Amino acid sequence: MENSLVVVENEICVSIAADQDVVAARQKGRAMALKLGFSAGDSTLLATAISELARNIVSYAGQGEIVLRATQNSGCPGVTVIARDEGPGIPSIEQALRDGYSTSGSLGLGLPGVRRLVDEFEITSEVGRGTTVTVRKWKA
Amino acid sequence: MEVPILKQGEILIATVQAALTDSDLLQLRRALEEKVAKARARAIIIDLTAMDVMDSFASRTMREVAHMIRLRGAETVIVGIQPDVAFAMVQLGLSMGGVTTALDLEEGLEYLHRKFRTIL
Repeated sequence: MENSLVVVENEICVSIAADQDVVAARQKGRAMALKLGFSAGDSTLLATAISELARNIVSYAGQGEIVLRATQNSGCPGVTVIARDEGPGIPSIEQALRDGYSTSGSLGLGLPGVRRLVDEFEITSEVGRGTTVTVRKWKA
Repeated sequence: MEVPILKQGEILIATVQAALTDSDLLQLRRALEEKVAKARARAIIIDLTAMDVMDSFASRTMREVAHMIRLRGAETVIVGIQPDVAFAMVQLGLSMGGVTTALDLEEGLEYLHRKFRTIL
């Protein structure tokens, strides 16, 4: 299933540099999910994940972008969210994915929490180069 | 987006009108902390019906407001968290830890009126 045809229908890029961009990104993500037929509940889960990812960009990297992509897998619609920054990067991804871990004095629920809100989660990070988190949620 | 805060007797009611940014949330916190002293309010109700998402920052800020208000001798009731928003909060691992919540403004007011009557 994983390698089946993925058709890109629609893509929105939101630059993230300030806290109002966090709200803009999650609202655009929710709108895309609803347009693809997601339930209100799943759209809120996705919007919440986007909010966390966008805030991570503002807090840790200062700026970056969120790409929202309408995705299809064997006729099933989904939304792919790519959160990208060129910030300091994460030294230990394993640690960052553990509940309760934080370097910014936050609750440290960010990444492990986001993981629970979506269907697919992938992270790449390089110290000094930046971080890219890709998550995907499918219409139930 | 400023959140209007109304005074009804000894209760302050803050009604969120639209999605709030982090700075809006911090501004709301400051406004409530200020007004609760000025108005000598015994309780505040924060109506979050219009809040589209309660992520880690929003939840933490609301918990901090409630804690701060309690230290000033007043009580906070959070009302109107929508079912979808509540579900996402649970999935994210957030709780409102020890903060009083009620279904909507009506229930929140009823709770406070009942409580104040018992004290008096």
